[in-house]
Amino acid sequence: MNPFSSGTRLRDMIRAIRACKTAAEERAVVRKECASIRAAISENDQDYSHRNLAKLMFIHMLGYPTHFGQMECLKLIASSGFPEKRIGYLGLMLLLDERQEVLMLVTNSLKQDLNHSNQYIVGLALCALGNICSAEMARDLTPEVERLLQTRDPNIKKKAALCSIRIIRKVPDLAENFMGPASSLLKEKHHGVLIAGVQLCIDLCKASTNALEYLRKNCTEGLVRILRDVSNSPYAPEYDIAGITDPFLHIRVLRLMRMLGQGDADSSEYMNDILAQVATKTESNKNAGNAILYECVETIMGIEATSGLRVLAINILGRFLSNRDNNIRYVALNMLMKAVTVDSQAVQRHRTTILECVKDSDASIRKRALELVFLLVNDTNVKSLTKELIDYLEASDQEFKGDLTAKICSIVEKFSQEKLWYIDQMFKVLSLAGNYVKDDEWHALIVMISNAPDLQGYSVRSLYKAFQTSNEQESLVRVTVWCIGEYGEMLVNNVGVLEMEEPITVTESDAVDVVEVALKCHSSDITTRAMSLVALLKLSSRFPPTSERIREIVMHHKGNVELELQQRSIEFNSIIQRHQNIKSSLVERMPVLDESAYIGKRAGSSQATLSADKSSQPTSSGASSLKLPNGVTKPPASPLVDLLDLSSDDAPVSTSSTTEFLHDLLGGDLISPAPSGGGGTDILMDLLSIGSPSASTDIPVPNTISSKQGNAREPKIAPAPVMDLLDGLPSRNENPVYPSIMAFESSTLKITFSFTKQPGNPQVTVIQATFTNLSSSAYTDFIFQAAVPKFIQLQLDPASSSTLPAGGSGTITQMLTVTNSQHGQLCLASKSTLGP
Amino acid sequence: MIRFILLQNRQGKTRLAKYYVPLEDSEKHKVEYEVHRLVVNRDPKFTNFVEFRTHKVIYRRYAGLFFSMCVDITDNELAYLECIHLFVEILDHFFSNVCELDLVFNFHKVYLILDEFILAGELQETSKKAIIERMGELEKQE
Repeated sequence: MNPFSSGTRLRDMIRAIRACKTAAEERAVVRKECASIRAAISENDQDYSHRNLAKLMFIHMLGYPTHFGQMECLKLIASSGFPEKRIGYLGLMLLLDERQEVLMLVTNSLKQDLNHSNQYIVGLALCALGNICSAEMARDLTPEVERLLQTRDPNIKKKAALCSIRIIRKVPDLAENFMGPASSLLKEKHHGVLIAGVQLCIDLCKASTNALEYLRKNCTEGLVRILRDVSNSPYAPEYDIAGITDPFLHIRVLRLMRMLGQGDADSSEYMNDILAQVATKTESNKNAGNAILYECVETIMGIEATSGLRVLAINILGRFLSNRDNNIRYVALNMLMKAVTVDSQAVQRHRTTILECVKDSDASIRKRALELVFLLVNDTNVKSLTKELIDYLEASDQEFKGDLTAKICSIVEKFSQEKLWYIDQMFKVLSLAGNYVKDDEWHALIVMISNAPDLQGYSVRSLYKAFQTSNEQESLVRVTVWCIGEYGEMLVNNVGVLEMEEPITVTESDAVDVVEVALKCHSSDITTRAMSLVALLKLSSRFPPTSERIREIVMHHKGNVELELQQRSIEFNSIIQRHQNIKSSLVERMPVLDESAYIGKRAGSSQATLSADKSSQPTSSGASSLKLPNGVTKPPASPLVDLLDLSSDDAPVSTSSTTEFLHDLLGGDLISPAPSGGGGTDILMDLLSIGSPSASTDIPVPNTISSKQGNAREPKIAPAPVMDLLDGLPSRNENPVYPSIMAFESSTLKITFSFTKQPGNPQVTVIQATFTNLSSSAYTDFIFQAAVPKFIQLQLDPASSSTLPAGGSGTITQMLTVTNSQHGQLCLASKSTLGP
Repeated sequence: MIRFILLQNRQGKTRLAKYYVPLEDSEKHKVEYEVHRLVVNRDPKFTNFVEFRTHKVIYRRYAGLFFSMCVDITDNELAYLECIHLFVEILDHFFSNVCELDLVFNFHKVYLILDEFILAGELQETSKKAIIERMGELEKQE
């Protein structure tokens, strides 16, 4: 015997290693053992090879490299005794994997062993093959495996079946060879063989559609019978788990049924009864039962089930949701998310339970529940859901707040039908979790406020009140500061009070106080301070008495280390001191932010279209026909409304026909009564007569947010907003230069249109409208609007001024961009109205 | 399909590692380390399922040992929980009140049991009795 060969038994080595106190000691022991094993291998010492390999495996498990042992495995596999083969195969599976070339050398031994007379050795070989064979080996040894599938010994049979699964995974082309044997496996009685057979069928279906068809035709009946038998079987101690006989078989069979029934109505119908039976009979107080129910529900949702069965499935999920076990709830939420796409109504019924889950203590359940709630929001339940979510926002913990805030904001944006509600919800969110609100969202809020003139007073007052209580929320501070800057005088003079508001009195210096606090607060960051400085400048113009005080506050930051603040401070100071004359025009009310453009930029899609909802008879004429009412009417009560104003639920323009009003050309939810029915002084005659009752029913998804939704959800709703060429005037087809026309002329007013087309973009025409006042009195608050038929899109830029001096001494110009979606076929017909 | 099965103690020592997908040794160590970290810090109130890379890990703690199975994302988690439990019961029966030391000193037998229970990443036999009997027969062959 070799003097270096290790005499230690496996146990002793393990004990020695475990007794080591430090890593260095352990390394020493391992090194010594490895050395003696190496020596034994090179001496070709047969006596202890079995033990040595076992030791090597243990050393491998500790994490040390053991490549020198690989050939030893092969030698042991090639020897004749069962124990050697066993340890050899074990070593093979542990030390090698399919990517090593050494594995190829085993193929021959495997082949011999697969044909061995000793069934245990055959089992060993099948096991090794099933766990680590490579694609080539699979190909080589398939005939053996196929033959073994037919043996009578259930142990061999089931191993061969599982081995075939591996072969199919490695070499999908061979799948068809196994179709026949697989289906005959399903007729067996032995559970092990059955389970292996069912799994083989599952993999066959995944690998080849032919096999799927074959199995569907031949095995559906058999499957249903298997499930029925095992479900109805009496107590079988061998397979019993928690009172159910072989739940694993249940689950596997259900899985196969799912694959066979998917997309096929006949087999689905065949499975209906047994699925209903399993779903109702299975007890759900133990995990095993729940596992079966879960698989059953997945199968029902996966095949073409009857609606009754589906409702049953969703009810099971609902029951799961109220289970106290976290695992079950998690699984139920997962499934419900998939179920929402299939049958949203049924899932809605469990909304309250799902809302409860949002408040759960387990983080992954909360996340899933929140996503599910998000999928369930629709127009009817959005208000109550949002209220619940916002209430919870207060109580939720830090990591979750971010997610929750983001979701609430997107829900509110997508589904809000009224500006007031949107603004309210956003204010609440800002007060509760302003620090988590993303920049996008409060920007959108500001855009929204600037587009809602009658809510501006309400907004600024609410923000003022909110600021008193929650001024540590950064975004709230920013929005407040901006609003106070812009609409300060509304705050102080209580402009535009809505009915439910409580009256408050705010003096000018109170307003300045707020901004000052925001400026001086330690937690305010650069953006907030910069915004505060700008707001102060605006206030100094709006509230002249506070000018000096504001100047002092601004001066404080003259030496600020932040360049931005320093610069602003010095510039603003100089404006206040020396440039009073231009100060007011500098800080005039901001022009209305173009909401749709903002949304378009956000959503990455183009602007919402302006096309009106009702089409009218396009009047073809040589020139654009403008029908203007005679005479002008009273000045409008409200300032210029963004013609793109998408959120038009604020009092759409007094519907009385006697007062003139501004029409939203989008006319989303214009409910104004037919102006035509109104008095003669009614000027705004939208060509598309949006006002007519029948028209309003025509209006698709009336709320503004529809176009936003359109952008976000169904891009097809918002037609490509762009650029058609204004065809309109046939007389001008050829010339690249279009002469301007006199659009309207009367004794009091002259309007001229001049046209340009952008090269390469023939469908877009840019019109410059020039207005000249021919009367003897100046027009103030002059506003021009135009309406166009459905196939035309119109964009009106803001006018250069709203005052038209008398006697033709000055002009207003306004740019219109018109796109004709039916270029070349129909011409522009438009109607314009003036509200002086 | 089961991708791998791990038995680890609280300190992170792997007592059993069976892989049904090919991985390099270094990758295996990384995986074992990551799974251990994932699993050892989880509150017992949380679910027994964690997302791991593009799959999921079903785990359960028995005394000082964590039994983890990594399965495909589409698999039935509750079923694998039962699977783990059945395996533990088999071990318990075979070693008569199994403890961690039994698994250390008899690791080759544990692998043998596992190979009779799961093959090619799928369940092979669901009857505890059948597996124990088979183990008896195999021992006789030695």
